[in-house]
Amino acid sequence: MTATSRNIGSTLLDVRNITLRFGGVKALTDISLAVREHEICSIIGPNGAGKSSMLNVINGVYHPQEGQITYRGVPRRRMKAHEAARQGIARTFQNIALFKGMSVLDNLMTGRNLMMKTSFIQQALRWGAAEREELEHREKVERIIDFLEIQSVRKTPVGRLPYGLQKRVELGRALAAEPSLLLLDEPMAGMNLEEKEDMCRFVLDVNDEFGTTIVLIEHDMGVVMDISDHVVVLDYGKKIGDGAPGEVRNNPEVIAAYLGTSH
Amino acid sequence: MELIFFFEVLVGGLLAGIMYSLVALGFVLIYKASGVFNFAQGAMVFFAALAFVSFQSWGWPFPLALLAALATMIVVALATERVVLRKLVNQPPITLFMATIGLTFVLEGLAQLIFGTDVHRLELGIPDDPLEIQGMLISTFDLIAAGVAALLVVALGVFFQYTRVGRALRAVADDHQAALSIGIPLQHIWAIVWAVAGFVALVAGLLWGARLGVQFALTLVALKALPVLILGGFTSVPGAIVGGLIIGASEKLAEVYVGPFVGGGIENWFAYVLALGFLLVRPEGLFGERHIDRV
Amino acid sequence: MIYRESGQFKTSYRADQAIFPIPQDRYALFALLAFAFIAVPLGANDYWLGSILIPFLILSLAALGLNILTGYCGQLSLGSAAFMAVGAYAAYNFQLRLPELPLLLDFLLAGLVAAAVGIVFGVPSLRIKGFYLAVATLAAQFFIEWALTKFGWFSNHSASGVISPQPMTILGYTLTTQADKYLLVLGIVSVLALLAKNLVRSATGRAWMAVRDMDVAAEVIGIRILHTKLLAFAVSSFYCGVAGALWAFAYLGTVDAQAFDLNRSFQILFMVIIGGVGSILGSFLGAAFIVLLPILLNLLGHLFGGAVRQDVLSNLELITFGALIIFFLIVEPHGLARLWQITKEKLRLWPFPH
Repeated sequence: MTATSRNIGSTLLDVRNITLRFGGVKALTDISLAVREHEICSIIGPNGAGKSSMLNVINGVYHPQEGQITYRGVPRRRMKAHEAARQGIARTFQNIALFKGMSVLDNLMTGRNLMMKTSFIQQALRWGAAEREELEHREKVERIIDFLEIQSVRKTPVGRLPYGLQKRVELGRALAAEPSLLLLDEPMAGMNLEEKEDMCRFVLDVNDEFGTTIVLIEHDMGVVMDISDHVVVLDYGKKIGDGAPGEVRNNPEVIAAYLGTSH
Repeated sequence: MELIFFFEVLVGGLLAGIMYSLVALGFVLIYKASGVFNFAQGAMVFFAALAFVSFQSWGWPFPLALLAALATMIVVALATERVVLRKLVNQPPITLFMATIGLTFVLEGLAQLIFGTDVHRLELGIPDDPLEIQGMLISTFDLIAAGVAALLVVALGVFFQYTRVGRALRAVADDHQAALSIGIPLQHIWAIVWAVAGFVALVAGLLWGARLGVQFALTLVALKALPVLILGGFTSVPGAIVGGLIIGASEKLAEVYVGPFVGGGIENWFAYVLALGFLLVRPEGLFGERHIDRV
Repeated sequence: MIYRESGQFKTSYRADQAIFPIPQDRYALFALLAFAFIAVPLGANDYWLGSILIPFLILSLAALGLNILTGYCGQLSLGSAAFMAVGAYAAYNFQLRLPELPLLLDFLLAGLVAAAVGIVFGVPSLRIKGFYLAVATLAAQFFIEWALTKFGWFSNHSASGVISPQPMTILGYTLTTQADKYLLVLGIVSVLALLAKNLVRSATGRAWMAVRDMDVAAEVIGIRILHTKLLAFAVSSFYCGVAGALWAFAYLGTVDAQAFDLNRSFQILFMVIIGGVGSILGSFLGAAFIVLLPILLNLLGHLFGGAVRQDVLSNLELITFGALIIFFLIVEPHGLARLWQITKEKLRLWPFPH
């Protein structure tokens, strides 16, 4: 399967000249990148390069001091994370950020909260609309549970699940929101080979079946080169490479950053 | 005249504030070293004061009663560490906090069970004559109490900065796991901190007890120290002092200048509302560190 | 009847999402309700009704309110009693100043007033967290207590701020006996408990728990943090407010603001801890435990031939309460509700545990 066969569309997310500072420390310096609809874009780079900061900027957790983000052609003002969610951006976290006291099912249902319209009074009475809504969304969530093959643990509190499954549930929670842009922060970190293969399969299937655009951070170069349409390389908060996997692999600056050879 | 009266109120408030700082200091010590928000600090103040006056009433001389009270507080600290804290390692901070509420009840009940429920007068031999400075009337007792507080802060500062145990304490405060990994015995450190907090409670208990009489109401003093903590930050010794001064002064000024318009009695809540308003502007307190969420 | 679900298969999500998915649980609840509504008022004497069951039910309601805020939404509050006070004084004033309103509407409005006050004191929760917030809720406790005592209007200028509501009348029928009052309280508490149960298993409840467990992740998935927290403050204060109104109207008859002091707030917090943080059932179990314990201790005191003095007894009570709190936090942080759940899990497998 090649990139061209999946009819990659026009630019979905356009990040221009982003600079992010924490006090005196520059986490990101003048970064621009574009993600096109339906593609899988990987952000790579050594630890501390600013990859997670980049995702945090995209979904509104951090607010850059300079630069402009355009999503679906609409320039964005300073916004809160929940507003980004409303625009269809979902994500997973590097250190799993599941709701530990809740079951797998409830975690996934939380992903659909945005789409639930009944008021809390209707929910308290659980009359008509509220119950119908709950059932509708339960069905959607069950489809994701089937897709991720986690049926057997749906009622288990997530805190009790092994690490690999937790990562899967977190992906499920993001998917439940039916995002148009999915940000994955090291979805395969700490997994064994088999779990990685499963996760790769899920990412590719999501991209393929739901047409979701994906931006992911990953350290495993084999995985990155295999599944990405487009790779962005960061180092010390600066962008040092951007292009198709093949191009990036041969970029001397990227090789230097990874192998530490002198310029 | 107006101005002199204003300053008189202000200085009185500042000195009263030092007394709050004394109680707040105990909170800060324990919070720094073990991350426990020790609600029982007020009960410890009460326990210490009651123990001291009871020993005195049994005819023991002052130094012996003082030593015995200190020993009692150390026993309380050791028991707390062994029976409560050690069993709750790695629990969320809120659980530990609630455990200290339970501890409050135990200490209050125990103190009265052992030493009785009578109100005791506590005589420290400090004169409480008004002293006239620049036309202002200032209580000598308050001045001496402030001196004692200052001495205590300096002593604690030296202890933390220059002793081996002090260094270990700061290491534990910074990172439990890392401190454990280089062989600092966490449980000893906690026991020591609680014992030091018990000592601070004893000093506070003596001063407050001399002021109000040793009675159950002493436990309420701790509630007055809480806004001081909010203001100064939970982890800062200077914060506890400055916070105490601010709360003490503004509370007295408010009572005198605002109180009459709303019918008085605002001392009970004014400090809280002040601290709350302050928090909305600066959630990390006066001396706390700004926290950046990493996700 | 053996507690077993083999052979019961759920064929729809509706059945799976029912409030009590296991039929045995449903039957047991119906039986309990029938017992509480029919057998108890017929069989229990006034002491049991008026001095044990009514306060137990009302405190359960308050504990339920605090549990929504603390157990489900993760915001620790030390000011629950203050919101009870708001409810009590509000209901009193509605009854006094708008006598044409029906009693139940008075209670509803009183709950809403408490909810509004709760929202005001909940606003800081956006910026401050954890202990700082807990201390901030003390501001509510002390300020409200002071305001209710200080401003005579709230108590219709009675001496020292005491309020004495009129007898309760519903549809022309005046509730006079303890059994009448018990039934009223039981009815209100049952309905509100049902609503709370529905709420915590709906989108609202999930939003609360998400904020409790990991607020950053909650916001990223699209939950508005402030809105969610304020709703928890409002609903929680509503429950406490109604509980306060019932405390004044159905239990004590005459109260002042001191009936809702900091110790009451602690008492409610203890119910939540002992009963089970984040459990509706736990609120009831905790309340039962805390109401019954002093009575039990008293009985024990009498067993020793009354040799134990009253002040010694009350100090022993303090110590027992404190020690129990610590005991529960150490041994079973999820409280009695969790013990009950474990028992049920065991029963499901009994007598073939392997």
